[in-house]
Amino acid sequence: MTKARIEARFAALKAEDRAAFVTYVMAGDPDYATSLEIVKGLPGAGADVIEIGFPFSDPMAEGPPIQRAALRALDKGMTLARTLELVAEFRQGDQTTPIIMMGYANPLVRWGYDAFARDAAAAGVDGLIAVDIPPEEADPLADALDAADLSLIRLATPTSDDARLKIVVRRTSGFVYYVSVAGVTGVKEAEADVVAPHVLRVRAASGLPVSVGFGIKTPERAAAIAKVADGVVVGSALVDEVAAALAVNESVTARVLSKVESLAKAISTARAHPVSA
Amino acid sequence: MTIPVLPNDYAAYPDASGRFGDYGGRYVPETLMPLVHELEAAYRAAKADPAFQAELSGFLKHYVGRPSPLYFAERLTDHFGGAKIYFKREELNHTGSHKINNCMGQILLARRMGKTRIIAETGAGQHGVASATVCARFGLPCIVYMGAVDVERQKPNVFRMNLLGAQVEAVTSGSATLKDAMNEALRDWVTNVHDTYYMIGTAAGMHPYPEMVRDFQSVIGQETRAQILEIEGRLPDAVVACVGGGSNAIGIFHPFLNDESVKLYGIEAAGEGMESGRHAAAINGGQPGVLHGNMTYLLQDSAGQITEAHSISAGLDYPGIGPEHSWLHDVGRAKYLTATDAESLDAFKLCAELEGILPAIETAHALARLSDVAKEVGKGGIVVVNMSGRGDKDVATVAAHLGRSI
Ligand SMILES: Cc1ncc(COP(=O)(O)O)c(C=O)c1O
Repeated sequence: MTKARIEARFAALKAEDRAAFVTYVMAGDPDYATSLEIVKGLPGAGADVIEIGFPFSDPMAEGPPIQRAALRALDKGMTLARTLELVAEFRQGDQTTPIIMMGYANPLVRWGYDAFARDAAAAGVDGLIAVDIPPEEADPLADALDAADLSLIRLATPTSDDARLKIVVRRTSGFVYYVSVAGVTGVKEAEADVVAPHVLRVRAASGLPVSVGFGIKTPERAAAIAKVADGVVVGSALVDEVAAALAVNESVTARVLSKVESLAKAISTARAHPVSA
Repeated sequence: MTIPVLPNDYAAYPDASGRFGDYGGRYVPETLMPLVHELEAAYRAAKADPAFQAELSGFLKHYVGRPSPLYFAERLTDHFGGAKIYFKREELNHTGSHKINNCMGQILLARRMGKTRIIAETGAGQHGVASATVCARFGLPCIVYMGAVDVERQKPNVFRMNLLGAQVEAVTSGSATLKDAMNEALRDWVTNVHDTYYMIGTAAGMHPYPEMVRDFQSVIGQETRAQILEIEGRLPDAVVACVGGGSNAIGIFHPFLNDESVKLYGIEAAGEGMESGRHAAAINGGQPGVLHGNMTYLLQDSAGQITEAHSISAGLDYPGIGPEHSWLHDVGRAKYLTATDAESLDAFKLCAELEGILPAIETAHALARLSDVAKEVGKGGIVVVNMSGRGDKDVATVAAHLGRSI
């Protein structure tokens, strides 16, 4: 499966003329069992692709929501090893939803790239986003992922000019993640009309589907992005629901999944029912 | 990790990809990569430009007050009864530490690059003060990120920064110390990519910073080399410096790297003792990993989470170390020892009483291992210690530890 699972999912959605809804949740937030329950519920709530964050103590590209999510998870003892266990448990009941792991270099370095790639593939992971491993540093990681048939998913950004894009898309497969704003996660908001030409540029350079993330929080904005991109990534807005549910002692799973449902509805109907200006 | 091959030119690093052996590199989010390349190109051009070097030398001489003296610490020498001890007096620089050498270089580079907003991180506040100072001098806005814990223990420096017109942002995330200040500065940089220059205060972070900061700090070692040759007619037997991120240490070490008769000692902060687990000694108590853009020794747990550093000294309270030190350790060219909070406080008092110099509490860590090094080198030998900063900022901390109120 692995790479093939991502490709199959994007191909199927393309055939339906629908953007992929890519949901990001933090493994172990607020605890292992709840996050597993959330992940298991995501496909039913409308998620097409699942990104699972593995927590790191010093997430330099995250804004406050995901920083706090990582701390909640770490406080409960979450690790990269437990994240793979979570994926393996999810895979027992779902063979088709692609799982992309997302996080920072040091836990991977500590594990060892080759061992990680092998263990991740065995757990049912399909791809990896390593936020702080740019192309300049990625060859050993890309070799390890290739050997395990996992996708290395790269980030293209507003600072990627055409020359840089060529470097960014090298050794990338599955899809390209377009970071819609210069900044950390969960702060600035993405504008669809600003993003649209970049999606075209990245798609042309890579020949791959382009998912857009950072700064998509509401169904309205998700729908607008769904019209111009192959995938819409929502992360901070979901982990904010975890925090909000904890604050008022509500069911975390119900609250996150209901947010996912409202976003999924907006994304899946976006192209069929264009919002009039 | 591969078995290191001993180089025949220690000074030839980093390589083109910013590596010192296995260490260094550019582990940053993609948004920053173009900026990191731009900075490297700008620095290469400036380094090769005689006009840039002349401008820098002029400011170092007339504004910073260089060269700093190399002083024979006679009473401390007598006290230890071993090698002759010299102090390289970086505490006499404008703003009171070595940090200004680097800031002067970087502000001239930032201006050359047309950047209009400067950000910096600081631990003890010395780099923050030095950054605020050069920003005031050149009329650029300055935002300094400082852990909330450090804001508390280095109040005089916070006020100094404010007086110099800088905005100090107290960082409450994580352990609220230097590593978190650096995270926040990186988050600012990734958000304000168009106009902002990130002035890193130590020889760490992503390439080209470890090389660039080292180059700007190497004036310390170059002067020391010339001065000791003039005074003693020969090279020293040992050079000693405290190590936080490692900028004052690499600055004095680097011009001696190929003089293999000169032993190099970096002193890490052992906090409450290495066995307590509450320390800041990345090489002595850590393993290689990736943080803040580079591969280097780090304090971390078995799952790769960064663990908190502990030191009485805000300037050494960092879980990492510059990559060149990690490499010098692995290849055996420099030795890394440790000093505890208590040993450093004793050394602080000793230096004040015998030499009439209040050292920075960071520097006091280097002084704390001086008697061992002086004895090992022995009578007739020469040891130079980098007096990286003055201790006025630390009097409240020292008073608290001595149980006195001021
Ligand atoms: C006086 C002094 N010495 C040393 C240090 C440690 O930094 P580095 O290891 O980069 O020299 C600091 C940092 O704040 C300092 O203020």
